[in-house]
Order: sequence, then C-alpha cells, then structure tokens
Amino acid sequence: MNKILLIARREFLSRVQKKTFLLTTIGLPLLIFVFYAMIIYFSVKGGDDFKIAIADEANLFNGRLDTKDNDIKFQFVQNETAASLTAQVENKKIDAFVLVPKAFDVMGSKDSLQVVSGKSIGILTREKIQHRLKNAIEEKKLLASSGFTKAQLDSVQKTNEVVFASTHGKDDSENKAGASYAVGFISGFLIYIILFIYGTMVMRGVMEEKTNRIAEVIVSSVKPFQLMMGKIIGIGTVGLVQFLIWIVLTVGLRLGLAMLMPSLASQVQGGQQSAIAGMLSVLAHVNWPLILGCFIFYFLGGYFLYSSLFAAVGSTVNEDPQDAQSLILPISMPIVFAMVIMTKAVNDPNSSLAVFGSLFPLTSPIVMMARIAHGIPDGVTVFQLVLSMALLVAGFLGTTWLAGKIYRTGILMYGKKATWKTMMKWAFRKD
Amino acid sequence: MSNMLELHNLKKYFATQKAVDDISFNLAKGSIFGLLGPNGAGKTTLIRMITGIFYPDAGDITFDGQKFSPLNDAIKIGYMPEERGLYKKMKIGDQALYLAQLKGLSRAEAMEKIKFWFKRLEMESWWNKKVEDLSKGMSQKLQFVITVLHEPKLIILDEPFSGLDPVNANLIKDEIYGLAQRGSTIIFSTHRMEQVEEICDHIVLVNLGKKILDGTVQEVKQQFKENKFRIKLKQMPANIASPSFVVDDQQANALTVRINEGFGSNDVLQHFLQQQVTIEAFNEILPSLNEIFISLVEGTKAKTRAFQPVE
Repeated sequence: MNKILLIARREFLSRVQKKTFLLTTIGLPLLIFVFYAMIIYFSVKGGDDFKIAIADEANLFNGRLDTKDNDIKFQFVQNETAASLTAQVENKKIDAFVLVPKAFDVMGSKDSLQVVSGKSIGILTREKIQHRLKNAIEEKKLLASSGFTKAQLDSVQKTNEVVFASTHGKDDSENKAGASYAVGFISGFLIYIILFIYGTMVMRGVMEEKTNRIAEVIVSSVKPFQLMMGKIIGIGTVGLVQFLIWIVLTVGLRLGLAMLMPSLASQVQGGQQSAIAGMLSVLAHVNWPLILGCFIFYFLGGYFLYSSLFAAVGSTVNEDPQDAQSLILPISMPIVFAMVIMTKAVNDPNSSLAVFGSLFPLTSPIVMMARIAHGIPDGVTVFQLVLSMALLVAGFLGTTWLAGKIYRTGILMYGKKATWKTMMKWAFRKD
Repeated sequence: MSNMLELHNLKKYFATQKAVDDISFNLAKGSIFGLLGPNGAGKTTLIRMITGIFYPDAGDITFDGQKFSPLNDAIKIGYMPEERGLYKKMKIGDQALYLAQLKGLSRAEAMEKIKFWFKRLEMESWWNKKVEDLSKGMSQKLQFVITVLHEPKLIILDEPFSGLDPVNANLIKDEIYGLAQRGSTIIFSTHRMEQVEEICDHIVLVNLGKKILDGTVQEVKQQFKENKFRIKLKQMPANIASPSFVVDDQQANALTVRINEGFGSNDVLQHFLQQQVTIEAFNEILPSLNEIFISLVEGTKAKTRAFQPVE
C-alpha cells in the first residue's frame, strides 16, 4: 500500500512540476479570462455614439424617442433646413439627420422617412434606427386610429405568460430547463474530455516505462499491480488538482472582473437584464452540492474504469506508438457512444436509452451527469442514482482486475505485437 | 557455509517454449556465481523467477534458508537487467531516492546510502542532472549504484560491463569484489567467458532451458581437460614418437602433446630425459571456458532455438 502511494507521489510530482502543467492549468483560464474580458469590453464600448438630428417639422415623435440604447442618440432640432443639416454632417457635428416634412402623412403608407448620413451605416446600427423610428410611428398610428389611450395600448402589448411546472411542485420553466440542459451538457462533456485526456496520459506513462525498460527494474521491487495503481492514482490526482485550480480560478477571476470593471458589468446586466437575471435566479435553484458531488464521483469512477484499460493497452505496445491506435479503438468507442446518449439524455432524461446509459458502467459517468443536472427526482430517482454508482464501482473493480492481469504480462513482453485476442488470453489465464 | 539461494526443480513453460525446464542448483553465501548460456537459453526467465517477477510453474526457491517470498525479500535483492532502464527526464538524485524507497528503504536511510555511493564513485555532481544528459557508460554506472545501494544480500547483474571503458569496468569489478567480501552473493550473467574466468567462483551453464554444467571454474576445467601439455625443449630430439602421447602441434622447439590413456605426465618427461634433452618448460593446457562453452553448445539447436509447441 505504501509503495502505491510512493509511486503515485512520483507520478503526481513529476507532472505537476513540469512547466507545461503550469501553463495549461494557470495559463489557460487566464487566457479565457482575457478573452472574456475583451468580449465584454468590446460589446459594451463597441460602437461610438451615433448622433442623429431629427428635424421633426410634422411633430411626428412628439419630441420623444426611445433612447434605451446608448449607442444611438437622437437630438431634436428646430429651424434647420436640409442644407444646414448636411453642412453639420459634413462638419462631423452629427452623424446623420432625418428631416420629417410638415406634410408627412402618418396614416398613409406612401410617405417615407429618409436617414441621411455622411458615410455608410453598419447593418446593426441601421436595424436599431429603423426599429426605433418604426415603433414610434406605429404607436402614433394606433393611438390616432383606434382611440385607445396610451395606458390601454401599453396593457394590450403586455402578454400573459405561459409557464411550466412539475408535479413535484417545483419550477419547471424554460429557464430552468435551459439551465439544466446547459449544466448537464457541460458536465457530461467535461467528463468525456477528462476520460480521454487523462486516460491517454496514463497510457503514455505506461508506454514510457515499458520502452525505457525501467519497468523491469521497478517490478523487481514492487508488484506490477502496485505500479499500475500508483500511476493511475497519481495521474488522477493531477486531474483533480487541475480541475480544482480551474474552478477556483474561474470563480475568482469572474469576481475580479466584476470588481475591476463595475461599470461595465452593470451595463451588461442593464442591457439584457431580464434574460441574465432570470438565468441567474434559475442557476441559483440548481442543486450545486449534488451536481458537484456527483461530478467528482463520476469523474473518479469513470477515470478509474477507463484509465486501467488504457494502462493495459499501454503495456502491450512496443516501441511503435502507432500500435496503440488500433488497440485504443475498442476503448474509445463506448466513450463516444456515451457522448451520443448524453446529448439525448439532456433533452429527455427519463427515456429508456438515457436510463440504460446512466446505469451501464461504461457509459454512466457521462450520461448520468446529464440526468443529474435535471435534479432529483425530475431527472433521476434516488434508486437509479445509487444503483448506477454501485454498478460503476463494480465496473471499475472489474476493469482494474482485468487490466492488472493484462498489464502484468504485457509490461515485460517485448518484440511481439499484441492483439486483443492474446490480451484476453493473458487476462483469463489462471495463476 | 550455508546456501544463499537454492533452486529446486524450477520449471517455467511458455506457450511455444520450455523456457526453464527442471533446473536446480545451490548458491553459497558470499560467492560470485556465473550464470552462463547462449542467447535464449532461459537465463532471463530464470533470473526473473529468482527476482520474483515471474512465478515458477513448478519447483520452489529457498532464499536465505526460507521459502522465497517476492514481496518481503525484494529489499534483499538487487537486480540490474540487461536492458537498462531509467526515467530519462527525472533528476538523477531524485531517481535514485525513488527507486531506493521502492525497495523499502526509508527516505533518510536511502538518502544516506545514496550520498555514500555517489561520493565513492565520484558522482556527486550528477545529482541535479537528468539521465538524458549522461553518456551510456555513465548511466551504466548509475544503474549499478541503484542496484547495489541498499546493500542487498543477493545481487543479480546481467552483463554489467557492457558499454564500460576498461577503467570504469575495473572500478565496478572492484566494487563487486568488495560487495562479495561484505557478504553479498552475486549472480553474474554474461556471454563474456574471460570475465567469468576472472571473477566467478562457481558457474552454471544452461542451454535449451536445462542445466548442462555446474561447478567451480577449476572443477569444470578439470572435468573438460584433454590431458594436453606443452613442452618447451632446448633442442628437438631425433625421436619424438612415443607410445605415451600423441603430438598435436609441433613448433621449432616446442611441442603440444596429448597423453594417451594409461600414461601420466612423468612418462612424457622420462621419454625426453632419456634422450638427454633439456626440458625448459612443461605445463598443462586447460581448456578455456570459451572452448568448453562452444563445444557444449555447438551442435545443439541453441543457435537457432526454434519455437516448438510444448507437449
């Protein structure tokens, strides 16, 4: 036992002390952070203010236009002519002007408004201007023709909401479904990535030991199984530490971002207040301790299950890393298959395919995350969750036992290319 | 003197070969033992069973008077495989420390022993270097130190001198003698017969998975001697022929003779003395291990050891 820890310690330290570890663990979130900050910066500060002078001779807008968007400023001007306004545009005092002639017919549809600008206007800005002006005219028309008061009109425009709820008395709105979908998909996808990244890391480590011929020196002091388990535990710890650092960094940086640029953050929230606030309130309803706990459980369970298989493959490969490719295929297929089931399960967590996928140990680490995100008991029953966890534990004990036997023979076997058939022979040999 | 290691009827069969087929021998404590055999004779398999990497299919091993248990006895064995292996990217000091701890030494003990050996072989400046920075001979030296630093009771060295220059080879040779004097038993596996003759007390020759020779170097040579003698004479006598010997080779004033059955060396000497010839030298020619090895192995299937199903 002590020797397994010793081996795990070396595996852990030799990876953590590498420069590439620091680079990917700390550099990557920083890069994402900078990217994120830049997106916010440009989306808020993106366009310069666009000034439009409105010479409203027909009093079409009553001197009032929706100026919610900060980018576009409407200025009402009086006693200006087309010529004087054109001069102002050329002097760059204003960017564009709209001249509403006195005879503008609100009720007709023949008259049109013309936005005159000095240079070509971007499509987004064009749409915003069009939208504002059209809305104002529409409202004017409705008020003029129907005889409604402004208040009545406003009340008609407000629609009654249609919301979803589940029999468990909980909120089941689109926001929540959306949040569950996102959380389930992201965590399932993360586990998918983890299985591949750390699985191949284990495989490479085993191959390195075999081709370096150090395996023979080591297995004369420890059992091959101890060597394999030490490696798996060591690399698993690297993965766990890496993820914890990422989580801490992401949370920390987002807080830092809010403090660094409070005005920007508030502007962003002001812009899409309803959507973000809704999302945030729903994210608060997601059962984070459950998700995080399950994530770590399935991360470790899935990792142990697959990494021992990857170790077994690594032990059978000789000098040529190409040999590994064909042997990996049977291992990576269930992982990819699990990913496919997962994309179905996030939409419909209780379909029979999702239930099967979340119980079968080779696919459960990925699929169960999609169901867990929908919560208990909406997405998955307690019984299924416990059963799935028990099966996963049994599964990884099984694969480690199997892989251990293949590994023991493979690590000292040189010169012969192993096939799955010979590997099975090693695995099920007596002794 | 008690035996360090006793092998009793060890067998290990693989699918296509009887790698080790009923081998038994004993190793005295403190002896330097040569395990010889052509390529593919089963030496590595035998060594792997002694180090506990393989379990024998049949037979058993007695280690230091008790039944061999791979887990508990690992610390008492040092094994340097023929294919050297170290982590290329790991610092040498850390690597030695790690491998010593895997053997079962505590960190402090390991540190102390490494410092002792590194100082002894003038390797202190290597501590923070990596194995990839070392030359082949240097990494060989490092591998040797890692093998012996826990002063195991049984040291197994597979071709320990390959790749070493004569100066370093002598250095390692002296260390091997020193370890044997301090009570370690050494198994020495090699194809280089002149080294075996020089170093080993006791040899076993295996071929095709079977033991074909077992004894001290002197015993083996005596066993295979052909009663050959070399006589140096002041001048050649007229009559060389005698019923007591056959001339194998004749040079200006030296003869190589083989004494016939029923006669002794005195008969040869008498033959020449009777003719009033001055004998300047007379010595026995013992076969070299190399010759014994070749004569035993040649003609067997060893050269092409073909794969055949085990019945």
